[in-house]
Amino acid sequence: MNFQAVKAIYIYEMKRFFRTLMESLLSPVISTSLYFVVFGAAIGSRIDQVEGVAYGAFIVPGLIMLSVMTQSISNASFAIYFPKFIGTIFELLSAPVNAFEIVLGYVGAAATKSFVIGVIILITARFFVEIHIQHPLAMLAFLTLTCLSFSLFGFIIGIWARDFQQLQLIPLLIITPMVFLGGSFYSISMLPPAWQSISLFNPVVYLISGFRWSFFGTADVAIGLSLLAILGFTALCLSLIWLIFKTGYRIKS
Amino acid sequence: MSVVEVNGLSKIYDGGLEALKSVSLRIEKGEILALLGPNGAGKTTLISALCGISSPTSGTAQVGGYDIATQYRKARCLIGLVPQEVALEPFERVINTVRFSRGLFGKARDDALIERILRQLSLWDKRHSRINALSGGMKRRVLIAKALCHEPRVLFLDEPTAGVDVELRRDMWQIVRGLKADGVTIILTTHYIEEAEAIADRVGIINKGELLLVEEKNALMARMGRKTLRIDLQAPVSAVPTTLVGYDLELSPDGTSLSYHYDTSGNGTGITRLLQALAQEGLGLRDIQTTQSSLEEIFVSLVAEGTG
Ligand SMILES: Nc1ncnc2c1ncn2[C@@H]1O[C@H](COP(=O)(O)OP(=O)(O)OP(=O)(O)O)[C@@H](O)[C@H]1O
Ligand SMILES: [Mg+2]
Repeated sequence: MNFQAVKAIYIYEMKRFFRTLMESLLSPVISTSLYFVVFGAAIGSRIDQVEGVAYGAFIVPGLIMLSVMTQSISNASFAIYFPKFIGTIFELLSAPVNAFEIVLGYVGAAATKSFVIGVIILITARFFVEIHIQHPLAMLAFLTLTCLSFSLFGFIIGIWARDFQQLQLIPLLIITPMVFLGGSFYSISMLPPAWQSISLFNPVVYLISGFRWSFFGTADVAIGLSLLAILGFTALCLSLIWLIFKTGYRIKS
Repeated sequence: MSVVEVNGLSKIYDGGLEALKSVSLRIEKGEILALLGPNGAGKTTLISALCGISSPTSGTAQVGGYDIATQYRKARCLIGLVPQEVALEPFERVINTVRFSRGLFGKARDDALIERILRQLSLWDKRHSRINALSGGMKRRVLIAKALCHEPRVLFLDEPTAGVDVELRRDMWQIVRGLKADGVTIILTTHYIEEAEAIADRVGIINKGELLLVEEKNALMARMGRKTLRIDLQAPVSAVPTTLVGYDLELSPDGTSLSYHYDTSGNGTGITRLLQALAQEGLGLRDIQTTQSSLEEIFVSLVAEGTG
């Protein structure tokens, strides 16, 4: 195991994060605040409570998930797409590192960034609403697993993408709708029965539900199912990455 | 045992282009091998395959006795690569990108070493500059620093002096000689024959994916060192004067100039005698000039030899 290499990649990537610290942190903080103004104040004044939780507080886990998922994907996909784009990938390919170490460095850094962003959003939210976290450990576990699995997923997109359009395509066309329709701002139980059943095919529902459970103890789906969903997604991404490196898909000619 | 051993290495790109045709090659420890070949010959393809950037279609290779595919970790630890294309992250600072390279190759941070390398390449004053604020030649130096910072034993330099000024070229040669003195094996590609002449121990010529020959530089230079002396006459002649037949002169069609081929590596060029003989013949000279056979011509003749 080439720990030096993992460390080098991780530090290098984190430095990029700190170089653009203001942009990195400011945009999630601002957009969260905006969500609070729009959803919390405007809609919250009409919806009093969801499942016994004030609406403003109810949307916090969904908001965190929304940012963490999109940030993980964009950070990780960019981190590996950029070296491909400017040609510096040659160095990774010629270095004595294996796929696992490369992934650990890049995905580790991307996941760390989105974890930090998730925590920042939580702190921001506390300025607007009162939140009590019922299961802090489960909350941390869900947050970590989400950061990790979506960073893995972003890494795959970054390798697959041939240009900047493709880099944006999947997040824009698949992830964003899935996240918005995944119950970030509402409970699935608020939907008509037909839509409830359809929602159950959206994997993001399970993640948000589980994460929300760790906050308030209420969930749309059983917590065990949520855990299974996130673990399954992580496993799927890991096997895809394994396959990519084994075949050299879109990295080696 | 040779430090680099290539056995029947072939590379067929996805489009079906056969960029390397069963190349076999041995490179000894501490030698400098210059790979020459026209554009598209397969030089970069060979280097990329050896460094792990692309996978060979068939064949094997060992570096330092380690197979590049099955023992890639040990093999790659020994290899440094300066690629042909300048690829660097534009917003990163010089020192960070060099440190990154060292870490990537599994070596612990060593500031003293990096300072030495950056000073050697006249980059020390620029260590905190962003890459995009450097000139093209400086960027190439950064690439060299990145390749050297993990102390490779085998260094691949893919056209290290393309687009580089005379001074850096001399610096480069100095560095290459210094590395050789430390026992580092160096494989470089170049389009400048004087570069091969200045630093290489052996020269390999590659064309259309085939390694045509690998030869001691001195032997090859002797073959390449053919020069031509062109003598413009004041008055045209209809034929080469009989007294000059022994010089194997070529008369231009209009009869105004004579060409004399000679060898710089021989004991005497015969120019003095020829000029005396011309004077005795009473032929007035208008101008004389010499030309050296260019690399291009040498390729043409070697390729013609190889296929004919
Ligand atoms: N990734 C690739 N896919 C398809 N063909 C390629 C690829 N890379 C190189 N080639 C082709 O392989 C052949 C050899 O290219 P290579 O880059 O090895 O030449 P070279 O000897 O380094 O030339 P130059 O002196 O111009 O650098 C060329 O015909 C080139 O077009
Ligand atoms: Mg080349």
